[in-house]
Amino acid sequence: MTQTNTVEEIVSQPYKYGFITEIETEKIPKGLNEDVIRLISAKKNEPEFLLKFRLRAYEQWLKMKEPNWSNLTYSKVDYQDLVYYAAPKQDIKKKSLDEVDPKLLDTFEKLGIPLSEQKRLSNVAVDAVFDSVSIATTYKEKLAEHGVIFCSISEAINEYPDLIEKYMGTVVPINDNFFAALNSAVFSDGSFVYIPKGVECPMELSSYFRINSGDTGQFERTLIIAEESSSVSYLEGCTAPMFDTNTLHAAVVELVALDNASIKYSTVQNWYAGNEEGVGGIYNFVTKRGECRGKKSKISWSQVETGSAITWKYPSCVLQGDNSIGEFYSIALTNNCQKADTGTKMIHIGKNTKSKIVSKGISAGQSKNSYRGLVSIGPNAEGSRNYSQCDSMLIGDKASANTYPYIQSKQPQSNIEHEASTCRISEDQLFYLQSRGIDFEESVSMLVSGFCSDVFNELPMEFASEADKLLALKLEGSVG
Amino acid sequence: MISSTSEIILSIEDLHASVEDQEILHGVNLIVKEGEIHAIMGRNGSGKSTLSKVIAGHPSYKVLSGSIQFKGKDILELEPEERARIGIFLGFQYPVEIPGVSNLEFLRVATNSRRKELLKSELDTFEFEDLVNERLKIVEMDPGFLERSVNEGFSGGEKKRNEILQMALLEPVISILDETDSGLDIDALRIVASGINRLSQPNSATILITHYQRLLNEITPDFVHIMADGKIIKTGNRELAIDLEKSGYDFLDKTTKEKEVTK
Repeated sequence: MTQTNTVEEIVSQPYKYGFITEIETEKIPKGLNEDVIRLISAKKNEPEFLLKFRLRAYEQWLKMKEPNWSNLTYSKVDYQDLVYYAAPKQDIKKKSLDEVDPKLLDTFEKLGIPLSEQKRLSNVAVDAVFDSVSIATTYKEKLAEHGVIFCSISEAINEYPDLIEKYMGTVVPINDNFFAALNSAVFSDGSFVYIPKGVECPMELSSYFRINSGDTGQFERTLIIAEESSSVSYLEGCTAPMFDTNTLHAAVVELVALDNASIKYSTVQNWYAGNEEGVGGIYNFVTKRGECRGKKSKISWSQVETGSAITWKYPSCVLQGDNSIGEFYSIALTNNCQKADTGTKMIHIGKNTKSKIVSKGISAGQSKNSYRGLVSIGPNAEGSRNYSQCDSMLIGDKASANTYPYIQSKQPQSNIEHEASTCRISEDQLFYLQSRGIDFEESVSMLVSGFCSDVFNELPMEFASEADKLLALKLEGSVG
Repeated sequence: MISSTSEIILSIEDLHASVEDQEILHGVNLIVKEGEIHAIMGRNGSGKSTLSKVIAGHPSYKVLSGSIQFKGKDILELEPEERARIGIFLGFQYPVEIPGVSNLEFLRVATNSRRKELLKSELDTFEFEDLVNERLKIVEMDPGFLERSVNEGFSGGEKKRNEILQMALLEPVISILDETDSGLDIDALRIVASGINRLSQPNSATILITHYQRLLNEITPDFVHIMADGKIIKTGNRELAIDLEKSGYDFLDKTTKEKEVTK
């Protein structure tokens, strides 16, 4: 057996989170039309303005075409064959965790996210979303003492309609793209964060998304608002059971940072990726964008993307405020038949804005991994700077990696730097580690972690080692 | 130190090996016993480095025939990491850079894999730091090296000292040091050589692969072997290295020619 084959075997390991929770679910019939949207809105008891928002988005969506410019090919999604709302049967409003169905608590505990008072993670507040609804949010009271609002978006729509009306759809307009329009029409749940002026959020905030139903699309919506001089660090995690059909996930995330505010948004995405032949897995079509509206504001995206059959995702920063900063740190690992087309957009509008992009793509198996990024410097963005670094690592000889950097500058007084590299796991590096007694699997994962270390350093402390373990897990495996 | 009852550590018999379908080793024979220091000398391309890689189990090198035994056991079927764990150490001529992997963490994982084999407890980060700080002194290295990525941006001499540090941590039974002296200035050579001397134990052995005799001024070998064209063509003691230094490798050509004539 050649060395390459063995590496390939190691990167193919069974998916640990593929179990299904047996729980009674309330689903609406398949299909999408105006009545379905009205039904979703009614189920969530939404105010009139939101129903209108949804209907406007639906109207736009009907006129739009699914994008086909990415480096992705996948079987067509039949949008009439999806369920747009599924929820475990229980009252959505739960006063305390004790009232939450223990099966749901067990599910999250199995996923490593204990929610109960005794076991919950210290210093991390968690919003747990199961299919279309948020089932629990921890540490709400403690956060409220600081004026921080952290709850499900459904709750926010009822409790803080003014904030929702003021901000939702302002960063990602309803007609931004096909999937964003679809999400705006049918979004089910997600998280809402509001950090008041001058407050440094006292703990890490985290949302955990779990898809459980096979034929249900998940359309979550997240909105984070950081008022002047506030700061927050937020992390999301995602898993799903193994189904041999493809499940659609089309999320929208909007971030708003006002003067001197800073938002750090980290993602560890581990949706089911399908089997070795590429059957099943999540279609992950996500629109994430942050606006640095205020002066000296900062938005930093970091992502570890290891799951999904198809990933189409470009977390972006609109650098409107003068001296604002946008960052994007990404690790995308694809294996077997996975395809990822991911990157970022840095839109420099204000003066002296700065952006930094560090992307690490690792492709194994027959997977395709593309970085696609735009750096745009507008006519008024004098003194702006960008630095981009895109590195790809290939494992085996059937995987592919592509880099598509787009650069547009309308401002001569700006500075753009781009570096790109592609490498293979070198036999000499592997042999060096092995000749020190480190076994083959561990050597491979050591090399991959080393390759990704620039990005690991940007993840919140609590999650950096988690992400490292996740990669190791993906690379570890079948031997034994 | 050496007696006829010393245990044989490494025994190589009629070893033929190839890389990229080209046979490089044409029948190497070598026996190394406890407490011995062997030097293998020879020109570039004579097969010295190939021999060291074959012993360590580099996957690009194929053994065509012959055997390698470590303490009486055939090792040809063992993976490189298994060979390392039982105590075979290869000091690289060109130590490999591994960006992003901390030297400290690498050394700790390596040390623990060897300790596991020796049925010693694994060391946590703090315990390991104590050990490594003590061993750093052997190679006169600054603890700052531990914080950097493995060999990345190290000078030639620093890389070689890092190799000897690994040897000090892994406590191998047999160390094969491939041109550890190349690219070293006088001071670095002295540090590396004294490290090797300090680490040699009565129950371990060392093979020095070298081009020049200057390392042998610092470390006295019990045997000197000359390799040419994939074979050991002459074995002697320290004097052989000195002769070689005096008359150069040309004198080998003469002796081989003589041999051919007498045949």
